[in-house]
Amino acid sequence: MSEQAGEPEGTPAEKRPVRVYLVDDHSMFRAGVRAELDTLTDAIEVVGEAGTVGEAVAGIGHLRPDVVLLDVHMPDGGGAEVLRQSRKPHPEVVFLALSVSDAAEDVIAVIRAGARGYVTKTISSQELVTAVLRVSEGDAVFSPRLAGFVLDAFADRPGAAPINDPELDLLTPRERDVLRLLARGYAYKEIASELFISVKTVETHVSSVLRKTQLSNRYELSRWASDRRLV
Amino acid sequence: MSSPSASQSTAVAEPAAPRLRRRRQGRAIAGVAGGLADHVGVPVLYVRVAFAVLSALGGAGAMAYGLLWIFAAQASTDDPAPEVSARERQQAFGLIALGAGLTIGAGTLSGTVNGWFAGSIGVTLVGAALVWREADQSQRRRVKGALLGGGGRSALVRVLSGGALVVTGIVMVLISSMGLDQVQFTLLAVVAALVGVAMLTVPWWLRMVRDLGDERRARIRTEERAEIAAHLHDSVLQTLALIQKQADAPREVLRLARGQERQLRSWLYGPAGYGGVGGAAGGSLAEALARASGEVEDTFAIKVQHVVVGDCELDAKLTAVVMAAREAMVNAAKHAGVAEVSVYAEVEPETVTVFVRDRGKGFDPEEVPEDRHGLADSIRGRMERNGGEIKLRTAPGDGTEVQLHMPRAKVAA
Repeated sequence: MSEQAGEPEGTPAEKRPVRVYLVDDHSMFRAGVRAELDTLTDAIEVVGEAGTVGEAVAGIGHLRPDVVLLDVHMPDGGGAEVLRQSRKPHPEVVFLALSVSDAAEDVIAVIRAGARGYVTKTISSQELVTAVLRVSEGDAVFSPRLAGFVLDAFADRPGAAPINDPELDLLTPRERDVLRLLARGYAYKEIASELFISVKTVETHVSSVLRKTQLSNRYELSRWASDRRLV
Repeated sequence: MSSPSASQSTAVAEPAAPRLRRRRQGRAIAGVAGGLADHVGVPVLYVRVAFAVLSALGGAGAMAYGLLWIFAAQASTDDPAPEVSARERQQAFGLIALGAGLTIGAGTLSGTVNGWFAGSIGVTLVGAALVWREADQSQRRRVKGALLGGGGRSALVRVLSGGALVVTGIVMVLISSMGLDQVQFTLLAVVAALVGVAMLTVPWWLRMVRDLGDERRARIRTEERAEIAAHLHDSVLQTLALIQKQADAPREVLRLARGQERQLRSWLYGPAGYGGVGGAAGGSLAEALARASGEVEDTFAIKVQHVVVGDCELDAKLTAVVMAAREAMVNAAKHAGVAEVSVYAEVEPETVTVFVRDRGKGFDPEEVPEDRHGLADSIRGRMERNGGEIKLRTAPGDGTEVQLHMPRAKVAA
């Protein structure tokens, strides 16, 4: 779901609330998010929080939350380090990065470390709820900014590095269309009607783009990721 | 070439630093072999054997060792120092003897130098090695100008004997060339003396250079910190103060916070800001659009989410696009009744496309009064005069999207 395209789709059918774990080194921010999520919806339950990488890794292992809201910039390696240490032992836990940074290096690095989405901290509470619910169902969450970065990284430029693996290093025209609309601030539903496809298909395209963003060896992606020394 | 020293340690790979550092612990001469072994990740024995064997090639091994000694800095004192076996140390000294022997032997056998000459060079080198080694010890003790670096009486003895060996070696060279005439001999003596002084003082020169580097780095850090502090003071702290004063005017607070956030962001991550390379050309499309979005955000207290894919130099046509886009944002801010506007620009090889979109009221294009010029003149007129086109998608209650297409100058011409 796009950052501002907050469509409170909710999940009335959901029986059990989504269990969320907060990781951020600012306790004030954690308290704010917790309060927002608690008051806004019953579909999300904040089960714990951590202020350091070590606490986070231990807490995630212990509580097995459904979704981890992860700050990108923290001492001792930041969100990427939490991802590195927690992804292997707990592949079922889903990570959503939440950061003040809009820099391509940060966004791409944490996505490549395994986050299923990236939203900035200025996101509205309602949009955050939607984003959490969406990643908890296994979808990817692309903010317009992230969509822009990915489009940029996969752009065909004269003199770009040769494509090694077309499967991973190229976007299909359809994926490109979806990304463009995401970058333009369209919600999934709007994208679906714009392209005459179902919301499910939009989700499939976005997930596929996420996979490519994580696995492709395209120069821009690996450079952005390594610029922050996170991957 | 040198005396043994108390030593322990095996491969201690330095974690983060990929630079070659001579080992401080567990060294036989200067820690060059150990450092190299750590650096490339092989047992130190292999490296030592390689040096010894290479010495047979006209002393290449010894030469390489000396150069690495000079140019590689020492590891820091607080590195862990694990055990080294007595056997390993024995091997090391055996290999040193072998290397020295091969260097001199190979030189003598190949006839490039005679035995006497090689011997005197050897004596000189051993003396220099002694002095250098002492300098390594005293490094970081930072006793200014002191040859001994606070090493005590034994250090004094070692340095003096090293110096004496160097002098002896030089004298031996001079004696061997007694047959020369007066002028040549004097010349040789002067050169030899200079070489001796240079050899003995190499460690101190190097240390001076490194200290200078350290000092420069420290100064740069301080300056950097001052710059950050000054910037944060001028911008963030001032804005926070303003926000406190305006606490009962939420709209104003929002505007201030947004404006400040954008400023700080562009300073931290922008091309011309703190994190960027600086001096990026002021006229790119992305920057112009960012500026325009910022102005609209500030003026109308709304959020403009702008995303730009690709970038290019701004020319007259593209300036018109940016102006038209700005006008579209202003329209959205004024009339749509929303808190957020999305702007998306894509630079393709042949065209530039900008979308300005809101989820607001929308309107019926047929019913716009004749006297409203914004859309007609500022957007459509501007685009068409410059060879571009505009598409409008809106309906009452359905938001508005203005699409601006402009062919790029070079390709279109």
